[in-house]
Amino acid sequence: MADQPIIQVKGLTVGYDSTVILRDINFDVREGEVLAILGGSGSGKSTLLKHMIGLKKPLSGSILIDGTDIVTAQGQQWLDVLRKIGVAYQSGALFGSMTILSNIALVLEEFTDLPREAIEVIAQMKLKAVGLQAAAYKMPSELSGGMRKRAAIARALALDPKILFLDEPSAGLDPITSAQLDELVLELSRNLGLTFVIVTHELPSIFAVADRAIMVDRESKTIVADGRPKDLRDRSEHPLVRQFFHRRLEKVDA
Amino acid sequence: MGVMEGTKQATYRLETGGDGQATLILTGRLDRDSVASVWRQSTRELRELRPKELVAQVGDVVYCDAAGISLLMEYRRIQEDNQGRIVIRDLRPQFQQLMALFELDHMVSPPKSLGPVGTAIHNIGQWAAELYCDFTAQVGFTGEIGVKLLKTILRPAGLRKRDTFLMAEKAGVNAMGITALLGFLIGLILAFQSAAAMEAFGAEIFVADLVAIALFRELGPLITALVLASRSGSAFAAELGTMKVNEEIDALTTMGLDPVQFLVLPRLIAAVCMLPLLTMFNLLFGLIGCGVVMATWDVPVSTYIERIRDAVTLGDVFGGLAKTFVFATLIAGIGCLRGLQTGTGPSAVGDSATRAVVSGIIAIVVADGVFAVVYYFLGI
Repeated sequence: MADQPIIQVKGLTVGYDSTVILRDINFDVREGEVLAILGGSGSGKSTLLKHMIGLKKPLSGSILIDGTDIVTAQGQQWLDVLRKIGVAYQSGALFGSMTILSNIALVLEEFTDLPREAIEVIAQMKLKAVGLQAAAYKMPSELSGGMRKRAAIARALALDPKILFLDEPSAGLDPITSAQLDELVLELSRNLGLTFVIVTHELPSIFAVADRAIMVDRESKTIVADGRPKDLRDRSEHPLVRQFFHRRLEKVDA
Repeated sequence: MGVMEGTKQATYRLETGGDGQATLILTGRLDRDSVASVWRQSTRELRELRPKELVAQVGDVVYCDAAGISLLMEYRRIQEDNQGRIVIRDLRPQFQQLMALFELDHMVSPPKSLGPVGTAIHNIGQWAAELYCDFTAQVGFTGEIGVKLLKTILRPAGLRKRDTFLMAEKAGVNAMGITALLGFLIGLILAFQSAAAMEAFGAEIFVADLVAIALFRELGPLITALVLASRSGSAFAAELGTMKVNEEIDALTTMGLDPVQFLVLPRLIAAVCMLPLLTMFNLLFGLIGCGVVMATWDVPVSTYIERIRDAVTLGDVFGGLAKTFVFATLIAGIGCLRGLQTGTGPSAVGDSATRAVVSGIIAIVVADGVFAVVYYFLGI
């Protein structure tokens, strides 16, 4: 059961109109795995993520999430797929007119018959899990960048998804906050057995959390590397991968 | 677990023992759907029973998600409220991790509200303070614009000409269609409506006088100003508001470029130049609209034109057009001010645009009233 891939991307070609960004991509994500999608700016990693969560339709190919193709799913099937995934957007995308608690309670109110008290308890539990319980009744604008991202993760967890997609979780955060966020990802992965798909280019984060990393490239429009982050750093022959891991590494070491 | 596989439900049994003890046995699945079905009744029973010690037997729970944990949390909270204890027994290891992650020591309660009277007083005070600030801001802004406009007139090279022309195109040229359409329809409707009354006196020909004077003195400038306020006043506020939110206004300031000079003046000048022209365009189509109605009554075009020439004085024409300069200043000034006042948050830009249109329209109508009084005393 654990070896059954929870996400299968098959022959995926994505792009806008006639411009192909990624061509014929294939990869799997196993249940419980923390996968990092790497790539430089404009390499199509965010586009890839948008397709995996069904926001954009690919030019061709399929994306199976727990056996259901998110590309063709419609109606109830579509909603069922969405229940299995949670997405934390880059800037949080918290609803600014609601308190943090209401942000999390929203989907619970809409999709369950739970009584109001239960929803409140669950929302506070999710906030406690990301260390934000004290901020439950604050507005998103009152939170710092790091807290907003935590709140976004708590909201993504609201319906107990199996897969959590994070879009550049550490972008714009200081190293300490960023490390705390990595810790949170590891904790959720350990305790809940969640599968993570993380788009990032923060090297320390990649080494801290990712079991596996794939790297997409704008030039060749394909995946140029797939493996454990350490192996990619130490053994990859691909010039782009070497550049990605080493240039920055030199800077980090210095 | 095979036996339980078909179970989608959660069941509970509350058994009372002696000495204030009680046992709550939970079985089945504790997920979002099943928890919803047992939550109300089980918590109510527990509240009424008030056991000193509650043992929650959860060994037969085959599935548990955050909702399930929340039910246990709620039992615990009830027990704490009733000064009782709770023991959660036999929770399966895979759910214990969930418990560890989500366990709550306490609930955070919402901040205390002031109560209806307190809130009302608070709101009135806030409203008054905002009104005062708004007033001073407008006075200050008017002065600032005045000074900078004067500087620009004395030294026109400082004006961003390309922006000004772009704004003139957006606010003026692109509004020609809607202005013409509105003018035509207003002329048509006005002629049609007044015809009924005039016909009774056999005075259809005077419809031309009525419509022309109404259009030139009042309706033309007013309607065109409303078009400008709703199209461009809101756009100015939204554009400047978005720039404020994106910190572009701050960037201009730190580059040593004055936002008023750089952003407000081009818009203001474009609006002031365009509104009179749009108004004339509007009037032309208003007269055409009226003319169409007149034509259906077989009034020759030459007679119609003759009537208008007799009825409308130069004072009417310029009196009407003079207003448009003031209207345009008000619309552009208010639009830009609202934009620059934009706060933070996702609804801020929308609020600014709304406020720009609302205060713009109020300002137009108030100014129009002032003009009516002034013109009356001047005898125009």
